[in-house]
Parts: sequence; structure tokens; C-alpha cells
Amino acid sequence: MMFNLLIFASLAYVIFLFAIAFFAERRAETLRASGRSPRFLRSPLVYTLSLSVYCTAWTFYGAVGYAARSGLEFMTIYLGPTLVFVGWWWLLRKLVRVAKAQRVTSIADLIASRYGKSNAVGVIVTLLAVAAATPYIALQLQSISLSFNAFTEDQPVAPRQLALYVAAGLALFTILFGTRNLDANEQHHGVVTAIAVEAVVKLVALLAVGAFVVWGLADGPADIIARISAAARPEWEIQPNRWVGLTLLSAIAIVTLPRMFQVLVVENSDESHLAAASWAFPLYLMLMSLFVLPIAVMGLEILPEGTNPDLFVLTLPKALGQEGLAMLAFLGGFSAATSMVIIASIALATMISNHIVVPLWLASRAGQGQGQGDMRALVLNARRLSIGLILGLGYLYFAVSGGSRALAAIGLIAFVGMAQVLPALVGALYWRGASRMGAGAGLLLGSFVWLYALFLPSFGPDVVISATVMEAGPFGISWLRPYALFGVLGLDPLLHALFWSLAINSVAFILVSLFSFPSPVERVQAAQFVNVFDLGGRGDVALAPGWVRGGAHSETEVEDLLITAQRLMGATEAQAFFQAEALTQGKGGYLPDPTPEFLDRLERELAGSVGTATAHAMIVQISGASHVSVADLMAVASEAAQIMEHSAQLEAKSEELARTARQLREANEMLQKLSVQKDSFLSQISHELRTPMTSIRAFSEILMDEEGVERDERIKYAGIIHDESIRLTRLLDDLLDLSVLENGQVNLDIQTATLSVLLDRALQASNSVQPGRKFTILRQVADEQIVLKTDIGRLTQVFINVLSNSRKYCDARDPVMRISARRRAGRVVVDFIDNGAGIPKISQALIFEKFARLTDTHQAGGAGLGLAICREIMHNLGGDISYVPGQGGAAFRVSFPADVSRVQGRRTSPGAPGNPVERAAQ
Amino acid sequence: MDQESGGPPDVSRPAGNGAVTESGAAVSGPRGQGGGRAVLVIEDEPNISEAIRFILRRDGWMVMTHADGHDALDKIEAVRPALVILDVMLPGRSGFEILRAMRELAALRLVPVLMLTAKGQSADRDLAMQAGASLFMAKPFSNTELLASVRQLVGA
Repeated sequence: MMFNLLIFASLAYVIFLFAIAFFAERRAETLRASGRSPRFLRSPLVYTLSLSVYCTAWTFYGAVGYAARSGLEFMTIYLGPTLVFVGWWWLLRKLVRVAKAQRVTSIADLIASRYGKSNAVGVIVTLLAVAAATPYIALQLQSISLSFNAFTEDQPVAPRQLALYVAAGLALFTILFGTRNLDANEQHHGVVTAIAVEAVVKLVALLAVGAFVVWGLADGPADIIARISAAARPEWEIQPNRWVGLTLLSAIAIVTLPRMFQVLVVENSDESHLAAASWAFPLYLMLMSLFVLPIAVMGLEILPEGTNPDLFVLTLPKALGQEGLAMLAFLGGFSAATSMVIIASIALATMISNHIVVPLWLASRAGQGQGQGDMRALVLNARRLSIGLILGLGYLYFAVSGGSRALAAIGLIAFVGMAQVLPALVGALYWRGASRMGAGAGLLLGSFVWLYALFLPSFGPDVVISATVMEAGPFGISWLRPYALFGVLGLDPLLHALFWSLAINSVAFILVSLFSFPSPVERVQAAQFVNVFDLGGRGDVALAPGWVRGGAHSETEVEDLLITAQRLMGATEAQAFFQAEALTQGKGGYLPDPTPEFLDRLERELAGSVGTATAHAMIVQISGASHVSVADLMAVASEAAQIMEHSAQLEAKSEELARTARQLREANEMLQKLSVQKDSFLSQISHELRTPMTSIRAFSEILMDEEGVERDERIKYAGIIHDESIRLTRLLDDLLDLSVLENGQVNLDIQTATLSVLLDRALQASNSVQPGRKFTILRQVADEQIVLKTDIGRLTQVFINVLSNSRKYCDARDPVMRISARRRAGRVVVDFIDNGAGIPKISQALIFEKFARLTDTHQAGGAGLGLAICREIMHNLGGDISYVPGQGGAAFRVSFPADVSRVQGRRTSPGAPGNPVERAAQ
Repeated sequence: MDQESGGPPDVSRPAGNGAVTESGAAVSGPRGQGGGRAVLVIEDEPNISEAIRFILRRDGWMVMTHADGHDALDKIEAVRPALVILDVMLPGRSGFEILRAMRELAALRLVPVLMLTAKGQSADRDLAMQAGASLFMAKPFSNTELLASVRQLVGA
């Protein structure tokens, strides 16, 4: 009965969490779609509650056990974080600021980014984090199965089997909500909200048990204090060196643990939330620790000798018949364990995929060209695989170690492991001299000492390290004994390992940094990290971007960059980003100049998906840009803030001048081109009119002679005259049409129809062009069910023109036309992409001009007015037609408002970027 | 690219010109390989070259047509016509370029060329004359005028 109830309660709770995560994710999505930020989901309250992922099952159950064994010492675990949040929040603020500016995805990414965007350092931190987190995850699995069995003594379940189910369930949850998309900011609204709810559950559970103990079992606070004094044991005596050491350790842990970095830095949406968290989070910790000692004392007093004190929170109410309270306590412990495992595996999966899997994949494909596939799927699958791997490792550790030892010990061992990142982290933020070699040396040596003096011996003698080595040291060298390095005896093994690992780590880090020469990228990054608050508002107004033009940049490289960005960010996002960048440079279209500023911003954008080191490597590979210019280095080297500011102002001014000059140059080029075109316009009109006229005149003169013309020839020639006069009429119609459209005098015939119907019509009409060619048409008819209120006839005319062009010019052996439609903010975007050679870059800007027929083949028919008319029609409909490069063929994008009547001032609306220069010249 | 035309095949024509179809009447005296009354029309508008072919054939000329600018020069060399009627706007290579190249070849330097253009600007006329055209006509032309010009150029 009890067993089934427990299963039912756990499942119901899990479903509740799934629902919360699901609705939070949905809400965030709808809000994002409407352009607002999810205010509640991203409030300081949710942020603070999510930080409570620090309080794992170890804190929930283990703190009471800890108190029962060692008295008040458990307080150190809360004291460290409190000190950091109250006293050191400027360090946290700097961390958050830097991480936002550099779009850091994990602690490994932060370290890699600072130390020269080097993946090697990232790999070290990743491996260290996995090694430290595995036992910790095992600990959570153990606590769930222990608490489960404590509840159902009558029907014990095999702990391993139970742990396996829990691990599988957690992997499912994390994969579902932690790898939904490659969000540029790596933020997971659903998960964070669920974690915040779990934080409330565990706090309420612990407070309820505490209240029950204090007011239910004892006679209020005064009685409890008396009982605590009476229960005091000799080993509860405060040991000052352990207190200092453990407080320091937990203070370091709050900054360096990967899961803490995830919620504290990566999931942070607003720097100001830190200010609220700086008092609210210590308050939360205080409440969590309030009843720990009373529960421990009452447990020791009431429960029989030999009961596991780690489970007092659960067994105390249960022994006293409070089944409901015990159930609440169980769910509290369950929350504590699951929230830790979820966040830790998201953080670790990000690190593993960004620093190990994706670089390996890229390396294995080096030299195989760009490829076309969507890389987001690859990265996401790498993450999903990593989550499975991490939980598998955690389960394996639990199954192998048997999970018998006291909970707290494993937690502290993991803390010491992650603490090795501290010197490199602090150096990253505050010491410009810190170098990659130094960070690497410190990390490697510190990790080694941790493994040798704490982690491996923790498995027990003769498991990994033999008892003889423990007793006498390796090869009989006594000063290398794992628990007594350099002959330091009598120190607690934990403090001993903490002291030596951090000491050796820091000394190596400082000395190697002092004696190694940092690379230019490192210097630039050092300046950006250390001086993050001097670099203006958000810190990403890069004073010294890490890029420089590397010789001749062709548009091909930018197009390759666009292709890569599309694979990582998704086509729509990447195109929007490139278009916006081109616009700030004063250019039209999708291909901005590869300026250092643009490359820098692009790298950050990509870093949000694959981490800094990988993003950097990809851009270097494509653009061939060298990383840093001499000017950048001088800016970095120059310590005088005034000079830097001055040069920044000059730079801003010269940048503005350069932009204006570029705009003028483009306008001038356009005017010159137009002047040439105007000259050739008359000549071309003359040519287009005279050509049919020639046939007409010649054949009519032939027909005027009665003799020498046979009957069937007579009929044939009359037919030619007829066709040519129709051709003349059509040309004149096109010219008049264009003129009316250009002057905006056109009367739109507004009707309602569905996009898919329009496309059907257009496809049918365009089939008459080269009817012999078999075209494969790929459509998503479901996406095309968009109701349009616009000039249906004109719009269809544009579609027919684009489709006919493709039929005429697509040179693929098996031509394929892909039509995709989507809605975005009231506008409809239809892409027509074929698989031909596309349009060469130099011609892309000209194809929408009059008579701009790219080839001279007259078989193509028409006078080269089609796309010019299309563009004018689209401008009249408040939309646009443009050529999209880098799509693996000729790609035309037609975009327009779904309801043309809602658009004010059609021709001048922002969606219709008519070229003022061109218009002025006509 | 060559236009199929309806006349009887010329049996006296040397081998190797299989790609060119010809039409026309008797051949008087071997002026070139293509014969003294052979006219090569290089024009990419099929209706116009059809018209010229008809007019000249009726007058007893042997007419060959060709529509592409790219290999027009090869064609002229192979056919060696008594007269070339050359359009200016051609796909692949402009009529002016073809004319200039002809005038640089010893064998083709003296072949008369009648230039046709639909642009009809005086600049084009000057350009054609500089390039070595024998005569320049703007489209549309009168059939009698065309015929007179052809007779004059070949008879001269």
C-alpha cells in the first residue's frame, strides 16, 4: 500500500514538473514571438530560487547527518556561499558581465575564451568537471534510492534497479527540456522554472519537518536549545582549521561548480537580478539550515541507536506516524536530487559537446568543404548523447561503489576537484598577465594532486591506490604519501588535499604565466575580460576586436560565412543577422563587408551555439583572417585610459566617416551605372522595337509582290507578321506597365485568396515555358495556407515571372524548384530556390534593372523587363523581391504584407526599400 | 544553330561544309569556296534571317544562315562566301568583333561585309565603317534596297 502510494506520488510529482516546464517553455515562446521578454519567468525571484540548485540531496538529507556527527560544522557549507553573495558579489557581477559580453556557454567556455580561445584549456576544464560531477550525480541517485527504501522498509526495492529508473527518467526530462533548441544564450526557461518550483518544495518540506520537530515533538525553541546543549558530544567541538577550510571550499564551489555557473551566469537574464540574489539567496540558505540541528538532536534522541542520521528528515516523521509529512520530506529530497542532476547534466553536456564532440567532428571533416546540412541537429544530438553519457557514468559510479559511504564526504571531494578552476578563473577576471600556458599548467597540476591525494584514495585502500602506497608512499618515498604530501602529517585528508592542490595549482599558474609569452588573441581577450567595466555599457563595444582584414576579402568568403552561420543559427536567423549587419555598414542585401567588427559580432553570435573556441576556429578557417592587428595590440598595450578613450572616439568618428564614404561611393557607383543604363536604355528600346519591325516590314514587302510566293509560304509569312506585331504590342505593354508602376499610379485590385491557390496558378501558367523540361517542384502546402488580402493578379504575375525565369535559366540536369512559405509578424515570405548555378555575384545587384538580361540568348524571349516589373509590383504591394545568395542555386525571396490595406503609405513603408537614388535618376 | 532552309542541295559544293545548309540557284565562277553567288547571313533573329534568305534566294543567290556569334568566324572561313551579311547584336560575340577579326585574316580581308543593326545610331555606323564594313544598313530595311546593296557589293 505504502509502496504504491509512494510510486504514485513520485510519478504525479514528476508529471507536475513536466507540465510546469512545458508551460513555461510555451509561455516564453509566445512572449518571444510577440517580441516581449518573459518577465515573470525571468524575475529575480525565479533567479534566486534557481540558485538553490546548490542545495542538493546532500544538503537536504546530509546536513542533518552531518550535524548529528560533527555538530555545527555543517554550517560551513552555507557560510561560504553567504560570504560570497554578500561580500563578493562584485566578483559575481564581473563574471556575469564578462560572460554576457563574450556569450559564454559554460565555465569551460569562459576559461577557453579568456585564454586565447584555446580549446585545449576548455577540454581540461571539461574533463575535470566530468570527473568531479560523476560521484556527485551518483550521490543524488543514491539518496533517492536510500530515501525510497527508508520509506518502504517492508518491501525493499533493489537500490541499483531503482537508481537506474531514476537515471533514465532524469535523462529523458533533461533531453526534453534542456536540448529543445540551440538558444543563442543557452537559456532554458522551462527547466529553470521547474527548478524554481523544486526549490520551493524542498524549502517547504524542510521547514515543515523542522516546525513539526520544534513545536510537535519538543516544547518550542527554548526547549530545543536546552536539548541541543544536553546532546552535545565531544566530537561536536568546533575545529577552527576545518571551519576555515570548509568555508573557503564552499565559497569557491559556489563560483566554480558547473551547475552553479549554469544558473548563476548562463541562465542569468539581467545583471540586476544579482543584487536581489545577494540578500535573498543567503536568506534561503539560512532558512534551509534553521532546523538542521533540532532535527538531528531529536532524531538522535528518539530514533533507535544505529539509525542512519542521513535520513532523519524522513525517518523521524515516519517513525512518529506522520505519513503525510514524511511524504512531503521525501518529495523535498527528491526535488533536491533531481534539480541538481538536471542542471549539472545540462551544463556538462554543453561542455562536452562544445569542447570535445563538435571540435572532433569538425576535425574529422576538415578538408571536406563546407557541406550544406543543418549543424544544429548535430550539436543538439551531441548534447543529448552527452546527457545520456553523464547520467550513465553517474549510475555506473553508484552501481560500482555500492553507495555505502556517508553522503557528505563525496560532495566535499567533488568540491575540491572543481576548486582547481578557481586560480584560472580569478586570474581571467583580474590579472592581464595570466596566460594560457599558466592556466593549463595550474589546472593540470592541481587536478593531478586532487586525483592523487583525495579522489583516488577515497575509493578505499587497494581499490585504485594500494594500501602500501598509502602507508609508505610510492616506491617507498615517504614524502609522497597521498595523505601526507611533503611530510605534512596530522592534517585532515580533505584539508590536506585542498591545501596542496590549490597551492601547487596557484604557484604553477602564477610562475608559468610570468615566464610565458601570451599570444595576441590572449592579450586582446585579457583586456576585454579585465577591463570589462571600462568598455562602455554592455562591455561588448569592442575596443580591440580580435580580427583584422587579412588581405583581399572577396564576397565569396562572406557567402561561405553566411552558409556556415545558416547551418548553426538556422537560415532565417542567420539571414536576418547578416542583413542587419549589412545595413549598419550602409549596404543593402545579405552580404556585409567582412570588417573586424562584423567578424567579431558573428563570432560571438556563433559562440552562443558552439562555444568560443570552436566559433573562432570556424571563422578563421573560412575567412582566413589573421586574428589581431598591430593597432589592436597597441590599444591593448597602452595602459593610459585617456588615450584609449580618445582613440575610441577617433575610431568611432573615422568609422562613421568610412560608413558615409561607403554610402556615397555606392550611391555614386549607382548613379554612374544608371547614367550608362539610361544611354543604353534608348538604344535598347530602339533595338527591341526595330527587331520585330524588321521582320514585319520585310515579310509584308514580300507579300506585296504577287509573284514568287507560294501559298503555304504566304500563310507562314502572314503568321510571322502576326506574331511579331504581338511581340511589339507586348513590349509596349511592358514598358507602359513599368512606367505606371514606377510612378505609383497603379490601382490595386485587392482581393482575398489563399497563397497555395496563387502558387498553383503560377506553377500552371509557368509550365508553358520550355514545356519539354521536367521540373521537380518541392512545396509544403500546409505552410501555404495563408490568407492574403492583396492584388492577387499582380502577385501571381510576380510568381509566374520568377518561376518562368527558373525554367529558362536553371541549368541543372534534373532541375528542382523548392518553394517555401512562412509568416513573420504579419508579413509573408515566400522563397523560390532552384538547384542551378545561381546568379554570379557581380550580376546580383543588376538583375532587377531594366533590360538586364544576363545572357544574350534571344531564345529566352522577353526584353529583360520581367524582374524590373516584379520589383515595382512588390514595392506597390508594400513588399519586396530580393536575391538571396548562398542557397545552393538561384534563390528569390518575395516578401509582402498579408493584408496590403493595413500598410500605410505603401511605397514609402519600411518594408519597401525603394532606392531613392535610382528613383531620382529616372 | 544553323537554320534549315528549303532549297535543293547544291551538289557542286565541296565536302566539309555539312553543317551549313544552302539554297539557291546556279553558281557562276569560283570566287571562293562557297561560290560566287554564295551569301552568308549571320543573324540570330530567326524571322529576319528567314526573310533575307527568301528575298535573296528569289533573286538567285545561294544563301546560308548562321545564328551564333561565337563560331561565326569559323563558319565564314569554312564557307568563304561572296558576301557576309552581319548583324551587330549577336549572342557570344558582337558583329563588330567578328568584322575586325575578319579584316585581320588575309583570306577574308577582301570579302565584302554588309552590316545590319537594329540600333540605328550614327555612332554605330561610324564604328562599323572603322571596323571595315563595306556597307551599313539600319533595320528595318526595304527589301529592294537590300537586294540592290547585295548586287552592288558582289558585282563590284
